[in-house]
Amino acid sequence: MEILQNLQLGFSIALSPWTLMLAVAGCFIGTIVGALPGLGPSNGVAIMIPLTFSLSLDATSSLVLLTSIYYGAMYGGRISSILLNIPGDEPAMMTTLDGYPMAKAGRAADALVISGVASFVGALLATIGLAILAPALSRIAFEFGPGEYFALYLLAFCTLGGVASNNQAKAAFASCLGIAIAMVGLDPNSGTPRLTGSNLHLYDGVDFLVAIVGLFAVSEVFFFIESHGKSGASNVKLGKVRIPWRDIFEVRWVMLRSSILGFICGVLPGAGASLGSFMTYVTEKGIAGEKGGFGTGVPKGVAAPEAGNNAAAGGALVPMLTLGVPGSGTTAVLLAVLVTLNITPGPMLFVEEKEVVWGLIASLLIANFVLLAMNVPMVKVFVKILEVPPAALMPAVTMISMVGIFSLTGSYFDLILVVAFGVLGYVLRKMDIPTVPVILGILLGGKMEKSLRDAMVLSDGSAWGLIYTRPSEPTNPSMIASGLLIAAVLGFIAPMFLRRILRKPQRVSD
Amino acid sequence: MRISDRIFGAVVILGSFIYVMAAQGIAKPFFADPLGPQAFPIGVGIVAAICGLVMVFSPDEEPDWPEMRSFLSIVGSTILLIAYAYSLKPMGFLVPTAIASAVISYQITPAPMRAVIYGLGISVGLFVLFKFALGLSLFAFPRDFFG
Repeated sequence: MEILQNLQLGFSIALSPWTLMLAVAGCFIGTIVGALPGLGPSNGVAIMIPLTFSLSLDATSSLVLLTSIYYGAMYGGRISSILLNIPGDEPAMMTTLDGYPMAKAGRAADALVISGVASFVGALLATIGLAILAPALSRIAFEFGPGEYFALYLLAFCTLGGVASNNQAKAAFASCLGIAIAMVGLDPNSGTPRLTGSNLHLYDGVDFLVAIVGLFAVSEVFFFIESHGKSGASNVKLGKVRIPWRDIFEVRWVMLRSSILGFICGVLPGAGASLGSFMTYVTEKGIAGEKGGFGTGVPKGVAAPEAGNNAAAGGALVPMLTLGVPGSGTTAVLLAVLVTLNITPGPMLFVEEKEVVWGLIASLLIANFVLLAMNVPMVKVFVKILEVPPAALMPAVTMISMVGIFSLTGSYFDLILVVAFGVLGYVLRKMDIPTVPVILGILLGGKMEKSLRDAMVLSDGSAWGLIYTRPSEPTNPSMIASGLLIAAVLGFIAPMFLRRILRKPQRVSD
Repeated sequence: MRISDRIFGAVVILGSFIYVMAAQGIAKPFFADPLGPQAFPIGVGIVAAICGLVMVFSPDEEPDWPEMRSFLSIVGSTILLIAYAYSLKPMGFLVPTAIASAVISYQITPAPMRAVIYGLGISVGLFVLFKFALGLSLFAFPRDFFG
């Protein structure tokens, strides 16, 4: 019954007018961010961070605001998938497969409502899962020493590429690039400057936010310049929004299965929401078989990926809060916020910062109902926002990013770095090299090295210290560390074979 | 031909080589832990070099690179953004922001009048938002403009 007490504490915080207002504002902004093509959840949250700091919010408030934006973006991503055949964010990719054909067949409103309800089911179940699983996992996390943490970081980087990327070497390179950038600066153990090229600006290392704004927001602007914003303008008419009760009833088991599967995908460190929507779509397609008609515009094909990606979004918060290892690009941004606010995620969070954690969970439960209201009866408001032309939107995004970074760090050098990361992000994405591992590498590289070096101190320099993590029991290998290491190796190799079996479905083109 | 991946892989190998060299040059502190400050960066460099080798020897399909005109627009925008970064303090917020947004808007959709309107709107709108709603210390015009 501890969980009920904790939830009661959480709701006492979440229901204060100020927190409630932030949650509603976050949901609204988030849905817009998700719906607009070119503004995904991670760069949406990233460019909001400077604004959060200038509002000088406390830890709970800023976390509530930013996670509401995150949840909102996950809901909103489907709107442009269905109406424009352009995913509003990466996890919504799978929703285009059946959402757009449905819209072309004149059922755009039905598709929006079904996917909205599926998002709600997925996100709600995942938030409940978070409330149950996170405290349990945080108890296990107390057992973690440096050796276990190193294995965990390795697992996160090895599974990042996953089935959703196309080339394991490129995904691995992206992680290496991020970790290599994280090494720049003063060595935390000895204080010697490393790889700075004697540039004083680099002694503090490369700021994580600079990298993320450059890699995500600025590189997106370059893509819009390349395509000259041709991708806008919906040719699908949205009729009157009615609730298709029959369809919703028909997809009830799909939503339930996809929520559970998506949640599991989200909890895996490094995997995230894109994997959640991919796996659920492929699984449901397999269950329905040939006569299921997936890809031609069936309600199940809309419900499955939306329940899956929203459940994964909630699941990704579990490793982020309990272990400090984010499960996706956006949770990496949230982790960076926590660290900047002087809160160290990890098992102690659930003991020392109860208000923050449970306030957050309670706010997310409330946010889900707010989002359901915004995304079903009020969906037309957001459809209107899609009509903002890229020629007005993208310059504004660029300027908000640049000024936001400038207001945080006040340095020209960081602005130049933002542009440099923008160019890098453009080249990487052109080369089909994922950018999320770069971000995670920059964020976690330093911690990964530290845990490895601490493990080596404990074992006196022997590599066996990665498995025999407790010097007091030299014959007793750590089950957690060895399990994680095996999972890391399997997680890296398995996609190479699975990729041939699980072909990525192609988007329909007009 | 699949030349892009091969060239990129070669650049990765070269970059990793320089990185490993630089990592070996890190000064060793007096009291180092068993691993020291060099080992981990060197390891990361070696893994990156292996990835580069894979890209050289088993390249993917050629990405569709932009045509010359789009490429020049992107290079131009990059230079513009760098110039913007340097002009923000000496020239105040409003003028550089308006110019930069208008140019980027024009690059996306070449409609000059609308680009100018968007540029002015974004500049003034963001100034009001940042300065008055969020309380950032921005200067609208160059500070010594009014003496």
